Order: sequence, then C-alpha cells, then structure tokens
Amino acid sequence: MMNTHVDEASELVQFPIQRTCPFAIPPVYTKFREESPVSQVVLPDGGKAWLVTKYEDVRAVMSNPKLSSDRRKKDFPVVVPGQNAALSKHAPFMIILDDPEHAELRRPVISEFSVRRVAALKPRIQEIVDGFIDDMLKLPKPVDLNQVFSLPVPSLLVSEILGMPFEGHEYFMELAEVLLRRTTDEQGRIDISVKLRQYMDKLVEEKIDNPGDDLLSRQIELQRQQGGIDRPGLASLCLLVLLAGHETTANMINLGVFSMLTKPELLAEIKADPSKTPKAVDELLRFYTIPDFGAHRLAMEDVEIGGVLIRKGEAVIASTFAANRDPAVFDDPEELDFSRDARHHVAFGYGPHQCLGQNLGRVELQVVFDTLFRRLPDLRLAVPAEELSFKSDALVYGLYSLPVTW
Amino acid sequence: MRLEKNHERCIGAGQCVLTEPRIFDQDDRGLVRVLIEQPQGADEAAAHKAVFICPARALSIAED
Repeated sequence: MMNTHVDEASELVQFPIQRTCPFAIPPVYTKFREESPVSQVVLPDGGKAWLVTKYEDVRAVMSNPKLSSDRRKKDFPVVVPGQNAALSKHAPFMIILDDPEHAELRRPVISEFSVRRVAALKPRIQEIVDGFIDDMLKLPKPVDLNQVFSLPVPSLLVSEILGMPFEGHEYFMELAEVLLRRTTDEQGRIDISVKLRQYMDKLVEEKIDNPGDDLLSRQIELQRQQGGIDRPGLASLCLLVLLAGHETTANMINLGVFSMLTKPELLAEIKADPSKTPKAVDELLRFYTIPDFGAHRLAMEDVEIGGVLIRKGEAVIASTFAANRDPAVFDDPEELDFSRDARHHVAFGYGPHQCLGQNLGRVELQVVFDTLFRRLPDLRLAVPAEELSFKSDALVYGLYSLPVTW
Repeated sequence: MRLEKNHERCIGAGQCVLTEPRIFDQDDRGLVRVLIEQPQGADEAAAHKAVFICPARALSIAED
C-alpha cells in the first residue's frame, strides 16, 4: 500500500488515490477489489464514501436510479473541493442532474453526436489534424506536442461543432490554459468559471441574432419552436461540451502517443494495418481510464451493491479505472494489448450519463494516431521517458507536456 | 431470438451501432433503430454483445 494516504482519525484510505506509475494501477485499488470490493474511504473534507472497484458493481452503481447524480443535494459527496462553488455560477449541467431533468436536457442533443453524424465529420477532423501538423512542421524542434497539437485539435473541433468563431476558440484556449495550470487556486478557478459563463452568454445572444449551421443554432431553433429560449441552459450546454471535449481528448492523445513511442511493438501493429486503430483506441481508453475521481452518487434509498448494504444518505464512488482493470472481465488487465476487444470498458461511464461525445472522441483519436505517425514516421520523445511530467496530482490523468522531435 | 428496443430508456450512445451497424442504426433523434429484428447465425452473437454493452439497458432479447 505504498504511496497510499491513510486518514489518521478513521484509519480509512483517502480518496482520490494518486497514480504513481503511468502503466500500473495503484496497488490499493487491486487490494480493495480482491479483498473488499465495496469499501469505505475518506474524502478531502473528512466525509466518507463507499468505493466500488469491481466491473460488475461499478456498472450496477452507474445504472441504479436510486443512486443520485444531483449535486444540488445537500449531502452530495465533495470529492473536488471548490467544485460546487464553480458549478453554482452556471445553470445546472446535465451531468449533475437525475432523470427526468437530465433526459430533458440530453435528448435534444443526442443526434448531434450519433455514429452517423460523427462519421460525416471525419473529413473535417482530418483537415484540422493535418492543419495543425502542417503548422507544427514549421516550428523549431523540439515541440511540446500537448501545446501545439493535442490541446488545439479537440478544442478547435468542438468550437466548430458548437458554432463558435475562431477568436472564441482562441479565447477559450487562453482561459482553459489557466484552468489546467497546476498552480491555479480555488478562487482562480471560480474567476475563470465566471469569465467562461460571460463568454457563453454572449455567444448565445449572437447565435440568436445570427444563426448558423451548428449545434447551438439548432438548439436555439428547437427551443424557439417549443415556446421559449433557455439562455442560461444553452450557455451551460456549450460550456459542458467544450470542457468535456477538450482536455480529456488531449490527455488521451498524449497518453496514446507516449505509449506508442515507448512501446514500438504497439505502434508497429497499427502502422501495419490501420483497420486495427479503432480497437487500439478502445484499449487505450480502457487501459488509462483517465478520470481519477471516479463517478459520484448519493443513495436516495437503501441499496445493495456487491452484497454490501448502502444506506440512504450515504455516498458512493464508482471507480471506472479499477473496473477497467478487473481480471474477471479483461484477461491480463495490466497489459496494454491492442489486439484485445475492449469496447465494453467503462472509461466513458455507464448508465444514463454515459459520455455524450464518446463517438466523436473515438474518431478523433483514430484520425490523430493514424495521421500523426504516418506523416511523422520519425516522431520520438525529445526527453527520456523518466523525465516526463504526468498528471498524478490532477483529477484527470494525462501529461502536463510531451516534448517530441522528429 | 427477437431483439426488442426501449426508446424510453435509450440515451443514443450509439454503442449498438458500433457493435454491428447491419443490425442497428440511430434515427433522426439519435435513438436506436433495430434493422434486423430476428438476427440469425453470426448476427446472434453480435446482438447479445450489443445487449450487454448498451449503457441504458434499452435492448433486450426475447427467445422464441
């Protein structure tokens, strides 16, 4: 149980649990899964929660309507200090609501991210990826792949999907950079949250006056037909799509590139046969399962999970990371294996809240890996792998920077 | 076997379409469409996989 922090008063393991190695899951997760798969942990504010670590139980938690996602509820667990203060600056995001309120917000946007719609976006994704590679090739080497490629690609793509002008994308990148900086404190995050809200309010007004062929304009038209435009709700929708579709994808690009540069046999597999890339992408998603904070729920009634009684009012954390390393579901789960069929992983969650943009994320990653290694066959790390800075202190795993050359 | 869908539950994740686009599609609202209601042969395995993978438990199989 090295590097695991135990709360002195309660003698319980502290959550979140930090990663110490990019490849191996912290041993405490495995110990929990093997010995007590539904186990109490202590949160940063001293509150307690049940940590769930088996695949089957994690899916049971995330699909049980008696376990609430509604962060407006008084007893909702606080895993991220200050998060509720930042959230209070916005109309509620759909991810913090339960059905039927959640479904009312999600249903109108489902078709924007359908498999068919995302497939139609593929040529534009390819253009964006090629464009940033063209720019990168003009830069002096080495470059930080995160700054010049991994962050701007998904950011520009979701900006375009929403209907944001290019300047909006640049302004968002500026704000997001501060938000993602390690040294930004709680007040700093709240300030950024307010600025983002102001920008989104302005964008909604602009789209009401000048609609285009984009997600936001279509939502405005739909609401107009239904009798009224919910301006704060639309601002929150835009912000959610931007925030959820930006850093997460960048982290997966960086981790995927890092994996293939340090394990050339993996790269050889997709280079030999690009039809294997979709499988490789799902395996990377399973293996890294970047949200280290897990999925949080509050029991509205007594519920049994994995044979353990969770009482009304108690908090539950489903660890999608631990679930995706469950040997009962994935053979040799600690192995990053591109030939594995891993698509039943829970890296995008499970249940009614499962990631809305998952199919977009998949196609982005496929295009990125195929294009980057084809156009830059000599791509390599510009520093020894041991010197890379991983986000082990953040809530979403990834790399702070990825210096590369070619 | 017969595949049944539940549009009340469907969240349009598209997991069934990724599993087997010959059997499943999404309609204009993004909700599941079952293209082959009585899958046979290799399609049966794909149908079972789609039922397992659906995050909303919106698909089920009725054995005849």
